[in-house]
This record gives sequence, C-alpha cells and structure tokens, in this order.
Amino acid sequence: MQKKFKMEVDCANCAAKMEEAAKKVDGVKNVSISFMAQKMVIEADDERFDAIMKEVVKVCKKVEPDCEIYL
Amino acid sequence: MTKKQKKVLIRIILSAACTALLLFAPFVPESGWIRLACYLVPYLLIGYDILRKAVMGILHGEIFDENFLMAVATVGAMILGEYAEGVEVMLFYQIGELFQSYAVGKSRKNIASLMDIRPDYANIEQDGELKQVDPDEVAVGDVIVIRPGERVPLDGVILEGRSALNTSALTGESLPREAGPGDDIISGCVNTSGLLRVQVKRPFGESTVSKILDLVENSSLKKARAENFITKFAHYYTPAVCIGAALLAFVPPLFAGNFSVWVSRALTFLVISCPCALVISIPLSFFGGIGGASRAGILVKGGNYLEALAETKTIVFDKTGTLTQGVFAVSETLPAPGMTSSDLLTFAALAESYSSHPISKSLREAAGEKLDSSHAKDVEEIAGHGVTAQVDGRAVAAGNAKLMERLGVSYVPNEKPGTVVYVAVDGRFAGSIRISDQPKPTAAKAIRELRSQGVRTVMLTGDAAAAADAVGRELGIDEIHSELLPADKVTQVERLLSQKDPRSTLAFVGDGINDAPVLSRADIGIAMGAMGSDAAIEAADIVLMDDDPAKISLAMSISRKCLRIVRQNIVFALGVKALCLILGAAGRAGMQAAIFADVGVMVLAVLNATRTLRAAKKQA
Repeated sequence: MQKKFKMEVDCANCAAKMEEAAKKVDGVKNVSISFMAQKMVIEADDERFDAIMKEVVKVCKKVEPDCEIYL
Repeated sequence: MTKKQKKVLIRIILSAACTALLLFAPFVPESGWIRLACYLVPYLLIGYDILRKAVMGILHGEIFDENFLMAVATVGAMILGEYAEGVEVMLFYQIGELFQSYAVGKSRKNIASLMDIRPDYANIEQDGELKQVDPDEVAVGDVIVIRPGERVPLDGVILEGRSALNTSALTGESLPREAGPGDDIISGCVNTSGLLRVQVKRPFGESTVSKILDLVENSSLKKARAENFITKFAHYYTPAVCIGAALLAFVPPLFAGNFSVWVSRALTFLVISCPCALVISIPLSFFGGIGGASRAGILVKGGNYLEALAETKTIVFDKTGTLTQGVFAVSETLPAPGMTSSDLLTFAALAESYSSHPISKSLREAAGEKLDSSHAKDVEEIAGHGVTAQVDGRAVAAGNAKLMERLGVSYVPNEKPGTVVYVAVDGRFAGSIRISDQPKPTAAKAIRELRSQGVRTVMLTGDAAAAADAVGRELGIDEIHSELLPADKVTQVERLLSQKDPRSTLAFVGDGINDAPVLSRADIGIAMGAMGSDAAIEAADIVLMDDDPAKISLAMSISRKCLRIVRQNIVFALGVKALCLILGAAGRAGMQAAIFADVGVMVLAVLNATRTLRAAKKQA
C-alpha cells in the first residue's frame, strides 16, 4: 500500500537523513521525502501499515527532532 | 515567518543583548569560572537546541552533522577560554540558519504558489440560490454554476451558456478557447466571459486539476542524479573534514608548538565546512525549473527527467497527431479547365452532404459558407467508390478513381500523397480534390529549432511511405520510417537506443494514444495534447498540456538552463568553501568571517536557484 503524508521539515539535508532512516525500518518497501513539497510518500506492508508508520515517525524524530509528520 | 522562526529570532535578540551587556559590564571578571558562568547564560540560550541535537546525534550514531560541527567548535572555544567567541559563533550560526530557512521557505512558497491551480469552491444551485461548497463534496451528475472570472472547479460538460475559457494555467496558451453547450470543460481553466451551467462528470479526486497538482507535487520526489550526488557527497565530505580538522589541531603543534592556536584554527576549519549552500540550492533549482515549466504548460514528472532532457540528442516523433494535426483537411484543389476551385468544392461538398465520413466532413469544412443540403437530391452511395447525386439538376459524381472508371469518365490522375476525390459533373471530368493530414503550423519551426541544437530527429509512422516522406521532407526531419505496426515502433526505438551515444538520451514524443509501450521504452516519454487525457498523463514522463511541438525545444532549453544553474551552484559553493578552508587552516579567516561566508554563499546560491523559474517565463 502506498500512502502520502504531509509533514514539516526544516532543511533539505534533514529530509535526506530522515528518508534514509525511514528506508531501514522493517516492512518499508519504499519511501521518498520531498522537502520542497513537504510531503512523504511511503510504501509498506498492508497489514502492519499503522505499526510501521509509528516506527517511521519514531526513527525520523530520532535523526531530526524538529520534524513533524501528520498522520 | 513561521512560529519556529519567530522563536529563534527572539532567542537571537535576547542572547545578543545579553552578550553585549557582558562585553561592557564592569562586574564581569577578566577570567575564571564566574566569567564562564556569565557567558554560559547567552550561550545556552542560543545554543541549547544545537547541543541537544549534537548529543542525540552521537547517541544515535549520527555523528558528523552540522550540529556536531557547531557544538565541537563552540565548546572547543569555551575550553580555550574564548568565551565571547564561543557565544558569537553560535549566535552567527543561528542568524545564518534563520536567514536560510526564511529565504528558502519564501522561494519554496513562491514556486508552489505558481503551481497552485487548486479551485477553492464550487457553486451549487439550491432552492434557487447559489451556495459555495468544497469541490470535494460535489457528486458526479450534480450541476454547478461557474460565473465569469471564476476557476472551473470540476471536469464536466456544459449544459447552458457560452464562454471563452482561459487555459493558460494548464497549457501556457494565452489565446482563450471558445466553449458552448455540449462541450467538455476541464477543471483548472478560468471562465472569462459568460455564465456557465455545467454537469459534473468526475469527482474532484479524479479531476484534471487534481491529477496535475498531484503530478507536480510528486515531481520533487523523483530525485535527479545531481541531487543524489549531493547526498552521497555529504556522506564522505563531513568525515573527511573532521579528520582534516583533527590533523590540523594535533600535527602542526608537534613541530611548531603553540597548541591552542592550532586548535582554534581547526575549530574555524570545522565551522567553515558546513555544506548547507550546496544541499539546499540543488533541489531548489530543480523545483524552480519544474515550476517554471509547468507554468508554460509543460509538466515534468521529476528532477531526473529534467536532467535527462538536457542531455537529449535524439528525438523520435510519432507522426499523426504529433507533428500533424491528425485530422483530414483539403490541401489542394485541381479544377479542370472551365471550372473554378470554389465551384468544384461546392459540387463535391453538396454531393457528399449526407455522408458522415471524415472525408465528406473536411470537404464541407473547406467549402466554407453554410451549405444547403436541400440542393442535393437522389443521393446514391456506391460502396468503395463514392457518391452520385443530382445537384440543382446537374448530375454530380464524387469519389475515387474507380468511380470515374465505372462511369466511363476520362480523368486526370493525381499521384500526390493523401486521399484524392475525383469529381465529374454531367458526365464530364470537373477536377480533383486532394485531402491529407496537415502538419501542425509550428511543426516545421519546432524541428528546425531542435536540429539547430544538434538534435537528431526521427519520425515513425504507420502511414504509407509516400505520405510519410512528403510530410517528413516538408518539415526537414533527418530520418523517416514508415509503414510500421505498433510493435515495429518499439523495435525502431530499441535500434535507435542502441545506436546513440550512451551519455546522451533519447526522447519519444507521441500523443499518448496507443503508443504507451514506446513512451515507456524511450529514456524520456513525452506525451502531447494531454489536456483531459488520463492515459497520456499516466504513461509519459513529460506531459505537454497543449499539442504544440515547439514546446519540446522550450522544455529542452529550460532543462539546460536549470542544469547550468545547478552546476554553477556546485562549482561556486565548493570553490568558496575550498578557499575559506585554506584561509581558515592558514589562520587568515576567523570563525565569524567563516560563518558570514557560508551564509553569503548560501543566499547567493538560493537566489541563483530561483532564476530557474524565470528561465521558462522569458522564453515562453
């Protein structure tokens, strides 16, 4: 399943770091973060999607505490 | 300014005031822990978030980011006893960051607003009154009212009213399009003159405007090679700089002594090394290029395609509907002696006036003035031959050569490409009319511009060789391949792909109808005339909203300009960085200068990046 989320991220470099971290989350097939559009597109396993999303938010906060992802 | 930015601004002002006070206050001792404690107040006020991020980064194994660099540099300065300098550096860094986030946020919004064609509301008639609702809430089949000056919120069909529609937000075309009852209307256009009542055909989520917005917003998710290069570059760059700084701090003192001087130089070196300007300006340049292009009616689905387009050296065109109009029109009339062109056309059009065949349609169009079909009587269609009829009491026959032979009329054969209609009046040959697919008015210019940029042009078509060669020669195309089946087109494109220089790219231009396999096989698929056509928007990498082939060379110059700006920024930012690093290592540049240099480079790079927006405007 592929889903889009609005987010708030302060710099392009942070977006790149968050993207890298989110990719490593188990169950995430693909993820792309656009600093310009302030958007995240994520593709992950259907049945665990919400749990995966929670984990993604957690790792993103870890690399960039200032970010905000609107679930 | 956002809330976050305002908060930082307040911290900067407070901390700066506090530092100024300490610098001139008589109660602060020259050295010692009281002085340190005094300076820790403004330092922590301005730098607590940086220190926190740096510590958290180390805990998470994310060392070597800019927070880490700043923390090491300022803590280092504090340890060396340079309290004021430690605070100043942190202060300057925050000012720079604030400035950067403001500048970037502003240009980001500017570009985004350019692309914003989202309609805010739709008017629905309820109990005789107009009510504004969210376009999302309108159901298929509902009737909406669009007043002059309003944006069309949803795709539909006009029930009542006539108007001129401004499609410039979608196509870049400034000439308004006329529309009346029965015509399809596409969301995103602006109704300029009359009141329209429109029946909605698609929900908002599937409307043209939503699709385009989606596409443009998602375009920044497909990253160009240059963008990925920067991410990779930062990966090696930061550790390299840290090692360099460590060497600078510890190696020279072994020979020259004076440890604290070298440590402070090493710290300056670290501060200079932040790669912000690079990291920010490159995605911004691509975003600007894509935004500017979409303003001109060229939708690019990602930075990677914009980058690839700049390297395009081969462009393959589909013929029908791409270079030609895809509709039949009278291109030549050859009246027999004693007959005028207009009489010939009128006779033929009247004889064919009951037929719905595309050929008859183009005859009627060419005949011009309103034809009164009651002039034609006893119309008889002879399948595979043509028609015979009585027009104002004269026997008219219009059809192909076989019809002439069947009627025993001696005719002058016309061998030129296209469909030829022969006309006989009262059993005598009256002339021939040639009907063919016309090249688009801008096609020749488009090909000429592409060839002058060193692009090899190829035309593929399923048409007969004679018709294809005639069009190809007229437009000045380098290579023509005709009589191809759809599968042959893929083979041809594969052959061309294997022939080209591997560093260059090949683009295929089609109208999106039945050429999806070729569109996806080519390095770049360009679909044109896509307004309202979902298939084309889906299949292609670059979508031309109108069907003007001249937009291809415009798109190419936008992409080249964008890439040029990206390269300028890379060279400029790295160059200034390298210079500052050398000056810093040699002890010729202090930390404050280093930070100002960094912010200056960043601002110039961002300003340069926003030029990509104007690139499209100037040339459109």
